[in-house]
Amino acid sequence: MADHDITLTVNGTTESLAVESRTLLVHALRDELGYTGPNVGCESGKCGACTVSLDGDAVKSCTVLAVQADGSEVRTAGALAESGDDLHPIQAAFHEEHGLQCGYCTPGILMTTEQLLDETPDPSREEIRHALKGNVCRCTGYGNVVDAVETAAERVGTGPDESAEDD
Amino acid sequence: MFPDEFDYERADSVADALDRLGTHADAGREVELLAGGHGLVPALKARERTPDVVVDLAVEELAGVEERADHLAIGALTTYADLADSEPVRGRAPVVAAAAAETGDVQIRNRGTLGGNLVEAHPASDPPAAVLAADATLVLRGPEGERDVPATDFFRGDRETAVGTREILTEIRLPTAGSTADDAATDSAYVRHTHPATGYALVGVAAVLERVDGVVTDARVAATGVVDRPLRLPSVEAALSGDRPADALDEAVAVADADVDADRLRSDAYASGEFREHLLETYVERALTESVE
Repeated sequence: MADHDITLTVNGTTESLAVESRTLLVHALRDELGYTGPNVGCESGKCGACTVSLDGDAVKSCTVLAVQADGSEVRTAGALAESGDDLHPIQAAFHEEHGLQCGYCTPGILMTTEQLLDETPDPSREEIRHALKGNVCRCTGYGNVVDAVETAAERVGTGPDESAEDD
Repeated sequence: MFPDEFDYERADSVADALDRLGTHADAGREVELLAGGHGLVPALKARERTPDVVVDLAVEELAGVEERADHLAIGALTTYADLADSEPVRGRAPVVAAAAAETGDVQIRNRGTLGGNLVEAHPASDPPAAVLAADATLVLRGPEGERDVPATDFFRGDRETAVGTREILTEIRLPTAGSTADDAATDSAYVRHTHPATGYALVGVAAVLERVDGVVTDARVAATGVVDRPLRLPSVEAALSGDRPADALDEAVAVADADVDADRLRSDAYASGEFREHLLETYVERALTESVE
């Protein structure tokens, strides 16, 4: 069972590592490389807490083998904010609208939201719910999550949100 | 959950993949083909499948939609998302685009493939019903060459298909000819009741109605989620043929479960087999009504 040498570009950084055939992308990111944006939730491809962007598409990184992603570009929620004081508009909107409680599902929801707003800049509430079907949240009841995505949609493309610095 | 150990190999052409399947089969090694991974990877993690070797079908030319004279050729590695967005599919085989758009969720649609889905043959998945209603032909390539299998002969049981151990599904052909009469039209719909826990269809129905001057000349209606495999409903189709859908609706709905083998009904804690049969009537009615709306 030979290891495989792979190269990933994670949040703009080129990373080379050796993985087993069976290593899942989420474990390569978290355990081998230290990118803790994607969380491990249900482990069965349903909850979406491990969602990352893989070559521009939101995917569940627990359902991709790391070796399959060789040569790909990965973005995690860690790439959204310029710094801790300078939240991405999507993050700022989730903060303001109370779109999270425990926050475990949030990195995945942020990455799915990023793709949604990229493709549908002004989504209806129904479209938001449809887009987030693959992201399970056990705290919020989703109402505030939908509010947050609506608020984010109004701001995305307008640059980092100043109001995030008021907290 | 971590998969058991296996060897991973990447095949960069269909011929390469076929060679690898053959070599491993000759050596008695258990092989799984990897497409989008959304059937296989969860099964590896749950250790429902513990192959010796996973052969990754990394063949770019198997992804994409090609318009040909009388059919659309869908590469087996075309993702659900690309199918749902494809203009030719939306225009000429909308029932397949509609089912692809309903499959899984955004992340699954970005990654899962039509070919992988059909070979997985999950008995409650959406695309198989649409592929049946679209009257698709599936192209299997093996060491001896290609063979065409009609969708109606492809699904053999719960996760069982016509694909041999040394064969690969490469293409799904969706006929687009239909009648050329001036007043001819093809209408279709895919509707389903979603299982609240699994996200699969509790019952899903795909309908394609070819009509001339409003009268059905050819009806193809297929269901998923009800029994151990997706199935066409010939009794419903016969009830519609030669009539206007609105006039034949009651008769068609009355025979919705006529082709359902009661011994094969699916059931779980959420829905009994009897309830699924009941839902089938409702969803046949909705599919037919929505088709012609």
